[in-house]
Amino acid sequence: MSLADKDRIFTNLYGFQPWNLDAAKARGDWDNTKDILAKGQDAIIDEIKASGLRGRGGAGFPTGMKWSFMPKESKDGRPSFLVINADESEPGSCKDREIIRHDPHKLIEGALVAGFAMRARAAYIYIRGEYIREAETLQAAIDEAYAAGLIGKNACKSGYDFDVFMHRGAGAYICGEETAMIESLEGKKGQPRLKPPFPAGAGLYGCPTTVNNVESIAVAPTIMRRGASWFSSFGRDNNKGTKLFQISGHVEKPCVVEEEMGITFDELIEKHCGGIRGGWDNLLAVIPGGSSVPLVPAEQMRGVHMDFDGLKELGSGLGTAAVIVMDKSTDIVRAISRLSYFYKHESCGQCTPCREGTGWMWRMMERLRTGDAAIEEIDMLQQVTKQVEGHTICALGDAAAWPIQGLIRHFRPELERRIAERLPEAAE
Amino acid sequence: MADRHLAPDTPELRARWGAFEFSPEWKAKADKAIAKYPEGRQKSAVMALLDFAQRQVGEETETQGWLPLPVMEYIARYLDMPVIRVVEVASFYFMYNLVPVGKFHVQVCGTTPCMLRGSDDIIAACKKRGMKMGHTTDDGMWTLTEVECMGNCATAPMVQINDGNYEDLTVERLDAVLDALAKGDTPKEGTQEPGRHTSEPSGGPSTLKEMVDANHDYRSEW
Repeated sequence: MSLADKDRIFTNLYGFQPWNLDAAKARGDWDNTKDILAKGQDAIIDEIKASGLRGRGGAGFPTGMKWSFMPKESKDGRPSFLVINADESEPGSCKDREIIRHDPHKLIEGALVAGFAMRARAAYIYIRGEYIREAETLQAAIDEAYAAGLIGKNACKSGYDFDVFMHRGAGAYICGEETAMIESLEGKKGQPRLKPPFPAGAGLYGCPTTVNNVESIAVAPTIMRRGASWFSSFGRDNNKGTKLFQISGHVEKPCVVEEEMGITFDELIEKHCGGIRGGWDNLLAVIPGGSSVPLVPAEQMRGVHMDFDGLKELGSGLGTAAVIVMDKSTDIVRAISRLSYFYKHESCGQCTPCREGTGWMWRMMERLRTGDAAIEEIDMLQQVTKQVEGHTICALGDAAAWPIQGLIRHFRPELERRIAERLPEAAE
Repeated sequence: MADRHLAPDTPELRARWGAFEFSPEWKAKADKAIAKYPEGRQKSAVMALLDFAQRQVGEETETQGWLPLPVMEYIARYLDMPVIRVVEVASFYFMYNLVPVGKFHVQVCGTTPCMLRGSDDIIAACKKRGMKMGHTTDDGMWTLTEVECMGNCATAPMVQINDGNYEDLTVERLDAVLDALAKGDTPKEGTQEPGRHTSEPSGGPSTLKEMVDANHDYRSEW
């Protein structure tokens, strides 16, 4: 079974049609949003819970439940905020960009629906700084929505006042971490906060805050229109709905595509990507969910269900559904070492294990790449990744450790081969 | 962590930038940015104001712009913040240039998804044209930087030059873009692959084919 076009949420994903308000309305956005709001806050949250939507930013936390953590009334006058995470920077991920530049009104309408449901006063959309053209489009779409009375005072004539603001980042991967994003919104370095307190209690400006990924927010209006049962009719239990997959690397035709959650890896590649470059026998390994998840060797990827649980069973994860495909021409050690460099570059420097560890791990990886190491150092590297993982405020340390652990788990013979081949060379 | 260093605070720097203030156009944008945040939270706008200041410096120097220390001090006064807090922000975020850059800031993505699609060749092609990683060419035209994942992975490899992205690059396509920029032309942004629109599979979309020619409304099929 495959997803029909009529069940795709992001119908203008590729931007063949204009992104503007008139065109978006003709596709069904902003269609009587007032009626959705009239259902009431609790009904919206219940519907999103029933749909089985899990956060699309990587962690997969149930979205409706997250919204329900927000206070129902303000006892001390503090407002609540919705922060939308458009700081898409995970290597391999390129889906939020397509939503923002081609279907921005889905995001803005979603901001109103979600913000209303969690009783927020305003939404801040934190878009990564490098998305310059995308930010221009998003700001223009926000301006259109204000001019049409869809957001702002008495949004959609619902009687609810709701603002949507865009905040541009300036090039820091770490700001995709929710508390770093809040710090950055407050005009500081994006260094993550200790939790608790959780943002739902004390987030932006010390006020209750929920941080959601762009895709999680942008699908909400369609779920409300078509019903939770429609959304949950796709995908396996606990892994419901449709999902934007982003396939990069060694496939014939890399692309972004919306598919049913749980589609098999083979079908995803064959149907949309024109197959693996050089055929299936040429597949070496796949990073199935963005750079932070461990790689999976070719033989284990065949037939796997591309969803949270399917990939967890393989010791990896769905992450952002950014599928990085590597064929047998890949220098696998270099591919992972380049990710180690990325994490070294992006460590915010706050926690010692990450600040020092990411640099150390990268230097060690570079030595393993050329074989300039001792066999015992493979185990030492493994131990160091374990000392970084779980010993930092945020998950960047974990994210830096996992790709290396995946490499050692699945490609240890390759690491040993390089060391063995270098030894006689060095002796000469 | 990335190495970041401020340009030296010299009398020449003070003489050139000590009197910096926003032009009326940028000031209007700055005040609009500040208004996005609640009363008393104006320092939330520091990132936007640094960007605007860098752009104004860029206009004045015909480059992509950078942030001399006196300009950061101006922003600090503008937002009523300690200078060190502004410097912290400017040095933390990679898009703020702490030293002068050229007219065109060629930022090649070298992270794994682009690497798998040939970013080595793109970097080599830039170097072949006389660019050097982390430096500006003597004629002040080109600054070459390797950057981390830019989120164009399905149209890799890519380069961001000033505000525009050029995707699906080959060495020939990159040369064509750089030649056009050097001549003062405005090359088409986005994918450089003939026939490809954005991030659909090359050769035409595998889904949503009705959308190619018309703004199709799928609701009647629900």
